[in-house]
Amino acid sequence: MFPELNNLLNVSPDKPEQGKFTLLCDAKTDGGFLVHHFLSFYLKANCKVCFVALLQSFSHYNIVGQKLGVNLIAARDRGQLVFFEGLKSTVEVLFGSKEQPNTLKFIRESSSDLKSLYEFVQKALTPSGDGSATSWKFPVLLVDDLSVLLSLGVEAVAVLDFIQYCRATVCCQLKGNVVALVHDSDQTEDEENAMLMNALGHQSSLILRAEGLVTGFCKDVHGQLKILRRGLLQPKSEQTRSLIYQYKIQDKSVTFFARGLSPAVL
Amino acid sequence: MLQILASRGDLVLLRDSVEWEGRSLLKALIREVALKGEQVQVLGCEVSEEVFREGLDSDTNSRLVYHDIFRDPQGWTGNWGPLGILRACLRGAEPGPCTLAVDSLSWLLLHAPCSALCQTLRALGHDNSHPGRVRVLGLLHEDVHGPGPLGALRSLAQIEVTVGGNLGFTTAQVFHPKPRHRSIEQTYWFSILPNFSLEFHKEPLLEPRPHRGPQSPTVDAMADLTFNVHLSKKEREARDTLALPFHFSSEKQQSLLHPALASSTSQIFYEPDADDYLDQEDPDDDLDI
Repeated sequence: MFPELNNLLNVSPDKPEQGKFTLLCDAKTDGGFLVHHFLSFYLKANCKVCFVALLQSFSHYNIVGQKLGVNLIAARDRGQLVFFEGLKSTVEVLFGSKEQPNTLKFIRESSSDLKSLYEFVQKALTPSGDGSATSWKFPVLLVDDLSVLLSLGVEAVAVLDFIQYCRATVCCQLKGNVVALVHDSDQTEDEENAMLMNALGHQSSLILRAEGLVTGFCKDVHGQLKILRRGLLQPKSEQTRSLIYQYKIQDKSVTFFARGLSPAVL
Repeated sequence: MLQILASRGDLVLLRDSVEWEGRSLLKALIREVALKGEQVQVLGCEVSEEVFREGLDSDTNSRLVYHDIFRDPQGWTGNWGPLGILRACLRGAEPGPCTLAVDSLSWLLLHAPCSALCQTLRALGHDNSHPGRVRVLGLLHEDVHGPGPLGALRSLAQIEVTVGGNLGFTTAQVFHPKPRHRSIEQTYWFSILPNFSLEFHKEPLLEPRPHRGPQSPTVDAMADLTFNVHLSKKEREARDTLALPFHFSSEKQQSLLHPALASSTSQIFYEPDADDYLDQEDPDDDLDI
């Protein structure tokens, strides 16, 4: 969890917002630090977290999590974190037995709907009724990242439907949050990915977009973060609805500063 | 801008983008229709009923019939196709004038063939129970689709409203494509209040840029400068009369054409120091020239 990002978004683990879909985008840079931020943020906020990790292994997220002050193994053991490891499941689908039930079975099937993945999320986050879920504040679904599903052969519309079902269940029914990362492949002219990103943008209430600098790589400024809040069209709200900051990723934190005001150049 | 609600039998296309969302404008227009006492059918595909009704007053909400396909878009929990419910929206409506708000056409375009959607929209305007009295307000996310489907829907629309923004204010460009006549395009500046009433700004507010943050006292940037930014009249004249070294003048031309004249008038004096070492030998003696 990066306190500076919390300040920019005006949230804290004590008073997190509820019922929101946050879209994370990255273009010409790696937006993974945003995923790590939200994972540690919601674990510290005492929320029940279902993490659909398609990009990296559990140990990767755990190592980064430890740097940010959360222990994923402990969180998983006490039932706060439900971790779906996409890398393992993919291998099991391809090399395991066909009869074995698998959440990613859509890879093998011709119909590429993500119903099984949605059912996994629904089962993970719906309170079981035995009283164990009452200690958590509210459920959160975190997906890293949706572009991997496109690479696995899922259609963009199926991914949109999956997120819509998750929003209906997590945001509306359970009053929780959904956070998902998607890559912006503007350079590659991938129409499916561009369509997915724009359509998800229309569903979201907050968009955090990490972009590489147009001037190229820089040692002291790693990129810029654009914060776009979507909502009522009120006058003079331009100054608050869209903000751009530059950032530098450090070992255990990320520092944000106004454009052109990096401590290295002042 | 509200005259777009005056005509009937029309498809009004509300085009928005990720930066400038159009759902608020759709809700504001629905509120205007409901204020006239009309019932509004809403086909909700992208947000839940609670979220859509949020912020609208109870009077508007009572006239709003929400058809929810948000919760089950694929019929995973048992349902039907998306275009079926689009047609079914009007079946339960009161006879007489009727408004159907579609949130959004983009969702329908992604889930149904473009031609089938266009045919269904066309058929809605000629509905038997509401002949010529159905008004369709369709929200369309223009950055989600390619030019083909966009063009098809635009050709069906009688009015297009494009939501955008400038200088912190929201604009709506209303475009009436009129075959055989000159099409009309107008831009309105507006904002939407929390109760979804529209507030129009009559004149385009071009220069006032909203202040960022609390107003800071203005600082005179030229107060402590160590150099002059402006010249006085006298200084300016002096500068104008000064001949710059690279300017080619007739005097310079003369001096270049007659270099001998210049050299004959000048002499070089050399006084060696007392301690200078003077070598009497000819340095080129060994060259054997």
